Amino acid sequence: MHDDGTASISVNGEHRRVRAGMTIAELALELGLEPTRVAVERNLEVVPRSTLNEVLVEDGDDFEIVTFVGGG
Amino acid sequence: MIDTWTVAGRSFTSRLIVGTGKYKSFEQNAAAVEAAGAEIVTVAVRRVNIADPKQPMLSDFIDPRKITYLPNTAGCFTAEDAIRTLRLAREAGGWTLVKLEVLGEAKTLYPDMIETLRATEILAKEGFEPMVYCADDPIAAKKLEDAGAVAIMPLGAPIGSGLGLQNRVMIRLIVENAKVPVLVDAGVGTASDAAVAMELGCDGVLMNTAIAEARDPIMMARAMKAGVESGRLAYLAGRMGKRMYADPSSPLAGLI
Repeated sequence: MHDDGTASISVNGEHRRVRAGMTIAELALELGLEPTRVAVERNLEVVPRSTLNEVLVEDGDDFEIVTFVGGG
Repeated sequence: MIDTWTVAGRSFTSRLIVGTGKYKSFEQNAAAVEAAGAEIVTVAVRRVNIADPKQPMLSDFIDPRKITYLPNTAGCFTAEDAIRTLRLAREAGGWTLVKLEVLGEAKTLYPDMIETLRATEILAKEGFEPMVYCADDPIAAKKLEDAGAVAIMPLGAPIGSGLGLQNRVMIRLIVENAKVPVLVDAGVGTASDAAVAMELGCDGVLMNTAIAEARDPIMMARAMKAGVESGRLAYLAGRMGKRMYADPSSPLAGLI
Protein backbone atom coordinates (compact mmCIF):
# COMPACT_ATOMS: atom_id res chain seq x y z
CA MET A 1 0.00 0.00 0.00
CA HIS A 2 1.17 3.49 -0.79
CA ASP A 3 0.94 6.57 1.47
CA ASP A 4 -2.08 7.82 -0.44
CA GLY A 5 -4.08 4.66 0.33
CA THR A 6 -3.78 3.17 -3.12
CA ALA A 7 -2.36 -0.11 -4.38
CA SER A 8 -0.39 -0.43 -7.57
CA ILE A 9 -1.47 -3.42 -9.62
CA SER A 10 -1.49 -4.80 -13.13
CA VAL A 11 -4.69 -5.94 -14.86
CA ASN A 12 -4.38 -7.76 -18.18
CA GLY A 13 -0.95 -6.28 -18.70
CA GLU A 14 -1.96 -2.71 -17.90
CA HIS A 15 -0.80 -0.86 -14.85
CA ARG A 16 -3.50 0.57 -12.59
CA ARG A 17 -3.79 2.27 -9.28
CA VAL A 18 -6.74 1.20 -7.15
CA ARG A 19 -8.05 1.83 -3.67
CA ALA A 20 -6.15 -0.29 -1.17
CA GLY A 21 -8.08 -2.92 0.77
CA MET A 22 -10.67 -3.71 -1.87
CA THR A 23 -11.67 -7.27 -2.70
CA ILE A 24 -11.20 -8.80 -6.13
CA ALA A 25 -14.97 -8.78 -6.63
CA GLU A 26 -14.97 -5.05 -5.92
CA LEU A 27 -12.12 -4.58 -8.36
CA ALA A 28 -14.06 -6.41 -11.06
CA LEU A 29 -17.15 -4.27 -10.44
CA GLU A 30 -15.04 -1.12 -10.54
CA LEU A 31 -13.74 -2.23 -13.94
CA GLY A 32 -17.33 -2.64 -15.10
CA LEU A 33 -17.18 -6.43 -15.08
CA GLU A 34 -19.71 -8.90 -13.74
CA PRO A 35 -17.69 -11.12 -11.36
CA THR A 36 -19.85 -14.16 -12.16
CA ARG A 37 -18.93 -13.99 -15.86
CA VAL A 38 -15.16 -13.84 -15.60
CA ALA A 39 -12.30 -15.90 -14.25
CA VAL A 40 -9.47 -14.30 -12.37
CA GLU A 41 -5.84 -15.28 -12.12
CA ARG A 42 -3.77 -13.52 -9.50
CA ASN A 43 0.00 -13.82 -9.69
CA LEU A 44 -0.40 -16.91 -11.91
CA GLU A 45 -2.80 -18.65 -9.49
CA VAL A 46 -6.49 -19.04 -10.31
CA VAL A 47 -8.66 -17.35 -7.70
CA PRO A 48 -11.71 -19.54 -7.01
CA ARG A 49 -14.87 -17.64 -7.86
CA SER A 50 -16.31 -18.44 -4.45
CA THR A 51 -13.53 -16.41 -2.82
CA LEU A 52 -13.63 -13.30 -5.04
CA ASN A 53 -15.61 -11.56 -2.32
CA GLU A 54 -12.96 -12.30 0.28
CA VAL A 55 -9.53 -12.07 -1.33
CA LEU A 56 -8.07 -8.59 -1.01
CA VAL A 57 -6.17 -6.84 -3.77
CA GLU A 58 -2.59 -6.29 -2.67
CA ASP A 59 0.04 -3.90 -3.86
CA GLY A 60 2.06 -5.41 -6.71
CA ASP A 61 -0.60 -7.96 -7.69
CA ASP A 62 -0.67 -9.08 -11.29
CA PHE A 63 -4.17 -9.98 -12.47
CA GLU A 64 -5.42 -11.69 -15.59
CA ILE A 65 -9.18 -11.44 -16.01
CA VAL A 66 -10.62 -13.59 -18.77
CA THR A 67 -13.91 -14.66 -20.22
CA PHE A 68 -15.23 -16.87 -23.02
CA VAL A 69 -15.12 -15.41 -26.52
CA GLY A 70 -15.81 -16.86 -29.94
CA GLY A 71 -13.27 -19.40 -31.07
CA GLY A 72 -12.86 -22.61 -33.03
CA MET B 1 -33.98 -44.65 -33.86
CA ILE B 2 -32.27 -42.67 -31.17
CA ASP B 3 -28.58 -42.56 -31.98
CA THR B 4 -26.63 -40.81 -29.27
CA TRP B 5 -22.97 -40.64 -28.44
CA THR B 6 -21.42 -40.21 -25.05
CA VAL B 7 -18.30 -38.37 -23.98
CA ALA B 8 -17.13 -38.40 -20.37
CA GLY B 9 -20.56 -39.55 -19.21
CA ARG B 10 -22.49 -36.85 -21.08
CA SER B 11 -24.76 -37.97 -23.91
CA PHE B 12 -25.50 -35.93 -27.01
CA THR B 13 -27.74 -36.43 -30.03
CA SER B 14 -25.99 -34.01 -32.37
CA ARG B 15 -22.68 -35.23 -33.74
CA LEU B 16 -21.74 -31.83 -35.08
CA ILE B 17 -19.70 -29.56 -32.83
CA VAL B 18 -19.25 -26.06 -34.15
CA GLY B 19 -16.85 -23.26 -33.35
CA THR B 20 -17.83 -19.71 -32.53
CA GLY B 21 -15.00 -17.84 -34.24
CA LYS B 22 -14.87 -15.78 -37.45
CA TYR B 23 -18.59 -14.96 -37.65
CA LYS B 24 -19.70 -11.52 -38.83
CA SER B 25 -21.87 -11.05 -35.76
CA PHE B 26 -23.07 -12.83 -32.64
CA GLU B 27 -26.53 -13.00 -34.22
CA GLN B 28 -25.20 -14.83 -37.26
CA ASN B 29 -23.19 -17.12 -35.02
CA ALA B 30 -26.20 -18.01 -32.90
CA ALA B 31 -28.33 -18.64 -36.00
CA ALA B 32 -25.65 -20.93 -37.42
CA VAL B 33 -25.45 -22.92 -34.18
CA GLU B 34 -29.21 -23.32 -34.31
CA ALA B 35 -29.21 -24.36 -37.97
CA ALA B 36 -26.39 -26.85 -37.30
CA GLY B 37 -28.42 -28.38 -34.50
CA ALA B 38 -25.24 -28.28 -32.44
CA GLU B 39 -25.38 -29.12 -28.74
CA ILE B 40 -21.73 -28.28 -28.13
CA VAL B 41 -19.81 -25.18 -29.23
CA THR B 42 -16.14 -24.47 -28.81
CA VAL B 43 -15.15 -21.19 -27.22
CA ALA B 44 -11.84 -19.46 -26.58
CA VAL B 45 -10.57 -17.98 -23.35
CA ARG B 46 -9.33 -14.40 -23.70
CA ARG B 47 -8.71 -11.29 -21.65
CA VAL B 48 -11.84 -9.24 -20.99
CA ASN B 49 -12.04 -5.93 -22.76
CA ILE B 50 -11.43 -3.52 -19.89
CA ALA B 51 -11.56 -0.51 -22.18
CA ASP B 52 -15.16 -1.35 -23.10
CA PRO B 53 -16.58 -3.79 -20.54
CA LYS B 54 -20.19 -3.30 -21.63
CA GLN B 55 -19.62 -4.80 -25.07
CA PRO B 56 -21.96 -7.69 -25.84
CA MET B 57 -20.64 -11.12 -24.92
CA LEU B 58 -20.96 -14.48 -26.61
CA SER B 59 -23.03 -15.80 -23.72
CA ASP B 60 -25.65 -13.10 -24.37
CA PHE B 61 -26.37 -14.85 -27.68
CA ILE B 62 -25.53 -18.50 -27.11
CA ASP B 63 -26.87 -19.62 -23.75
CA PRO B 64 -24.36 -21.80 -21.88
CA ARG B 65 -27.23 -23.39 -19.95
CA LYS B 66 -28.65 -24.77 -23.20
CA ILE B 67 -25.53 -25.29 -25.30
CA THR B 68 -22.46 -26.94 -23.80
CA TYR B 69 -19.48 -24.62 -23.98
CA LEU B 70 -16.28 -26.48 -24.75
CA PRO B 71 -13.40 -24.16 -23.87
CA ASN B 72 -10.39 -24.56 -26.13
CA THR B 73 -6.71 -23.71 -25.87
CA ALA B 74 -6.36 -22.27 -29.36
CA GLY B 75 -3.21 -20.21 -29.64
CA CYS B 76 -1.30 -22.21 -27.02
CA PHE B 77 2.08 -23.54 -28.09
CA THR B 78 3.21 -25.16 -24.83
CA ALA B 79 1.62 -27.54 -22.34
CA GLU B 80 1.98 -24.88 -19.63
CA ASP B 81 0.09 -22.24 -21.62
CA ALA B 82 -2.69 -24.70 -22.39
CA ILE B 83 -3.01 -25.87 -18.79
CA ARG B 84 -3.03 -22.29 -17.51
CA THR B 85 -5.78 -21.42 -19.98
CA LEU B 86 -7.91 -24.40 -19.03
CA ARG B 87 -7.56 -23.80 -15.31
CA LEU B 88 -9.05 -20.37 -15.93
CA ALA B 89 -11.69 -21.85 -18.23
CA ARG B 90 -12.72 -24.28 -15.52
CA GLU B 91 -13.18 -21.38 -13.13
CA ALA B 92 -15.06 -19.28 -15.70
CA GLY B 93 -17.41 -22.07 -16.73
CA GLY B 94 -17.45 -24.35 -13.75
CA TRP B 95 -17.00 -27.57 -15.74
CA THR B 96 -14.18 -29.92 -16.55
CA LEU B 97 -14.98 -30.99 -20.13
CA VAL B 98 -12.49 -29.07 -22.26
CA LYS B 99 -10.78 -29.14 -25.62
CA LEU B 100 -7.02 -29.34 -25.51
CA GLU B 101 -4.90 -28.25 -28.42
CA VAL B 102 -1.21 -27.55 -28.22
CA LEU B 103 0.08 -26.22 -31.49
CA GLY B 104 3.52 -26.84 -32.95
CA GLU B 105 3.91 -23.79 -35.13
CA ALA B 106 1.82 -20.99 -36.58
CA LYS B 107 2.02 -21.79 -40.28
CA THR B 108 0.31 -25.18 -40.20
CA LEU B 109 -1.17 -25.07 -36.68
CA TYR B 110 -0.18 -28.73 -36.64
CA PRO B 111 -0.34 -30.20 -33.14
CA ASP B 112 2.80 -30.67 -31.08
CA MET B 113 2.11 -34.21 -29.91
CA ILE B 114 4.83 -34.32 -27.26
CA GLU B 115 3.45 -31.22 -25.54
CA THR B 116 -0.12 -32.40 -26.16
CA LEU B 117 0.52 -35.72 -24.46
CA ARG B 118 2.26 -34.04 -21.54
CA ALA B 119 -0.62 -31.61 -21.09
CA THR B 120 -3.18 -34.43 -21.31
CA GLU B 121 -1.47 -36.32 -18.49
CA ILE B 122 -1.37 -33.27 -16.23
CA LEU B 123 -4.94 -32.20 -16.99
CA ALA B 124 -6.32 -35.68 -16.36
CA LYS B 125 -4.54 -35.76 -12.99
CA GLU B 126 -6.10 -32.39 -12.13
CA GLY B 127 -9.57 -33.76 -12.80
CA PHE B 128 -10.13 -32.32 -16.26
CA GLU B 129 -11.86 -34.29 -19.01
CA PRO B 130 -9.87 -33.27 -22.08
CA MET B 131 -11.06 -33.85 -25.62
CA VAL B 132 -7.78 -33.69 -27.48
CA TYR B 133 -6.95 -32.27 -30.91
CA CYS B 134 -4.19 -34.41 -32.35
CA ALA B 135 -2.26 -35.61 -35.34
CA ASP B 136 -3.73 -38.41 -37.47
CA ASP B 137 -1.36 -40.82 -35.75
CA PRO B 138 -2.91 -44.03 -34.37
CA ILE B 139 -0.05 -44.62 -31.92
CA ALA B 140 -0.19 -41.09 -30.51
CA ALA B 141 -3.97 -41.38 -30.32
CA LYS B 142 -3.68 -44.52 -28.21
CA LYS B 143 -1.17 -42.85 -25.91
CA LEU B 144 -3.54 -39.90 -25.44
CA GLU B 145 -6.34 -42.26 -24.54
CA ASP B 146 -4.12 -44.04 -22.03
CA ALA B 147 -3.16 -40.66 -20.57
CA GLY B 148 -6.78 -39.73 -19.92
CA ALA B 149 -8.15 -38.12 -23.08
CA VAL B 150 -11.94 -38.51 -23.08
CA ALA B 151 -12.11 -38.04 -26.85
CA ILE B 152 -9.57 -38.23 -29.64
CA MET B 153 -9.84 -35.48 -32.25
CA PRO B 154 -7.49 -35.96 -35.17
CA LEU B 155 -7.22 -33.29 -37.80
CA GLY B 156 -8.57 -34.03 -41.26
CA ALA B 157 -6.38 -31.27 -42.70
CA PRO B 158 -4.81 -28.09 -41.28
CA ILE B 159 -7.09 -25.87 -39.19
CA GLY B 160 -9.04 -23.46 -41.37
CA SER B 161 -7.76 -25.01 -44.62
CA GLY B 162 -11.02 -26.54 -45.85
CA LEU B 163 -9.05 -29.22 -47.68
CA GLY B 164 -11.17 -32.14 -46.51
CA LEU B 165 -9.92 -35.41 -45.03
CA GLN B 166 -6.43 -35.99 -46.34
CA ASN B 167 -5.69 -39.21 -44.51
CA ARG B 168 -8.76 -41.38 -44.39
CA VAL B 169 -6.81 -44.57 -43.75
CA MET B 170 -5.22 -43.22 -40.56
CA ILE B 171 -8.49 -41.72 -39.33
CA ARG B 172 -10.09 -45.15 -39.79
CA LEU B 173 -7.24 -46.86 -37.93
CA ILE B 174 -7.68 -44.43 -35.04
CA VAL B 175 -11.43 -45.17 -34.97
CA GLU B 176 -10.80 -48.93 -34.93
CA ASN B 177 -8.31 -48.68 -32.06
CA ALA B 178 -10.12 -46.18 -29.85
CA LYS B 179 -12.32 -46.94 -26.87
CA VAL B 180 -13.26 -43.27 -26.50
CA PRO B 181 -15.13 -41.16 -29.09
CA VAL B 182 -13.19 -40.06 -32.17
CA LEU B 183 -14.12 -36.77 -33.84
CA VAL B 184 -12.51 -35.22 -36.86
CA ASP B 185 -11.44 -31.76 -35.79
CA ALA B 186 -10.26 -29.34 -38.45
CA GLY B 187 -9.95 -29.53 -42.19
CA VAL B 188 -13.57 -29.98 -43.21
CA GLY B 189 -14.46 -27.68 -46.11
CA THR B 190 -17.90 -28.72 -47.23
CA ALA B 191 -20.74 -31.08 -46.39
CA SER B 192 -19.31 -34.09 -48.24
CA ASP B 193 -16.15 -33.86 -46.11
CA ALA B 194 -18.28 -34.12 -42.98
CA ALA B 195 -20.08 -37.11 -44.48
CA VAL B 196 -16.75 -38.78 -45.27
CA ALA B 197 -15.64 -38.40 -41.66
CA MET B 198 -18.86 -39.97 -40.43
CA GLU B 199 -18.71 -42.78 -43.01
CA LEU B 200 -15.31 -43.69 -41.59
CA GLY B 201 -17.04 -44.39 -38.29
CA CYS B 202 -16.12 -41.22 -36.44
CA ASP B 203 -18.43 -40.30 -33.58
CA GLY B 204 -18.62 -36.69 -34.65
CA VAL B 205 -17.10 -33.76 -36.48
CA LEU B 206 -15.90 -30.42 -35.17
CA MET B 207 -15.70 -27.45 -37.50
CA ASN B 208 -15.65 -23.68 -37.51
CA THR B 209 -14.31 -22.04 -40.66
CA ALA B 210 -16.26 -24.19 -43.11
CA ILE B 211 -19.47 -22.71 -41.77
CA ALA B 212 -18.29 -19.24 -40.76
CA GLU B 213 -16.56 -18.49 -44.08
CA ALA B 214 -19.29 -19.90 -46.32
CA ARG B 215 -21.09 -17.29 -48.41
CA ASP B 216 -24.24 -18.17 -46.48
CA PRO B 217 -23.08 -19.54 -43.11
CA ILE B 218 -26.55 -20.43 -41.91
CA MET B 219 -27.34 -22.45 -45.02
CA MET B 220 -23.96 -24.15 -44.77
CA ALA B 221 -24.69 -25.01 -41.14
CA ARG B 222 -27.80 -26.81 -42.36
CA ALA B 223 -25.77 -28.54 -45.05
CA MET B 224 -23.22 -29.70 -42.48
CA LYS B 225 -25.96 -31.03 -40.24
CA ALA B 226 -27.35 -33.02 -43.17
CA GLY B 227 -23.84 -34.16 -44.18
CA VAL B 228 -23.05 -35.44 -40.71
CA GLU B 229 -26.40 -37.18 -40.44
CA SER B 230 -26.20 -38.81 -43.88
CA GLY B 231 -22.64 -39.95 -43.26
CA ARG B 232 -23.64 -41.42 -39.94
CA LEU B 233 -26.63 -43.24 -41.46
CA ALA B 234 -24.48 -44.58 -44.30
CA TYR B 235 -21.96 -45.86 -41.77
CA LEU B 236 -24.64 -47.59 -39.73
CA ALA B 237 -26.34 -48.95 -42.86
CA GLY B 238 -23.10 -50.55 -44.01
CA ARG B 239 -22.02 -49.61 -47.50
CA MET B 240 -21.92 -52.10 -50.41
CA GLY B 241 -18.69 -53.72 -51.38
CA LYS B 242 -16.61 -52.21 -54.16
CA ARG B 243 -16.17 -54.06 -57.46
CA MET B 244 -13.85 -53.44 -60.33
CA TYR B 245 -16.51 -53.98 -63.01
CA ALA B 246 -20.19 -53.37 -63.58
CA ASP B 247 -22.98 -55.42 -62.03
CA PRO B 248 -26.37 -54.77 -63.65
CA SER B 249 -29.18 -53.60 -61.45
CA SER B 250 -31.92 -54.95 -63.73
CA PRO B 251 -32.51 -58.69 -64.17
CA LEU B 252 -30.82 -60.32 -67.14
CA ALA B 253 -33.57 -62.95 -67.37
CA GLY B 254 -36.58 -62.11 -69.54
CA LEU B 255 -34.71 -59.78 -71.86
CA ILE B 256 -36.62 -59.33 -75.12
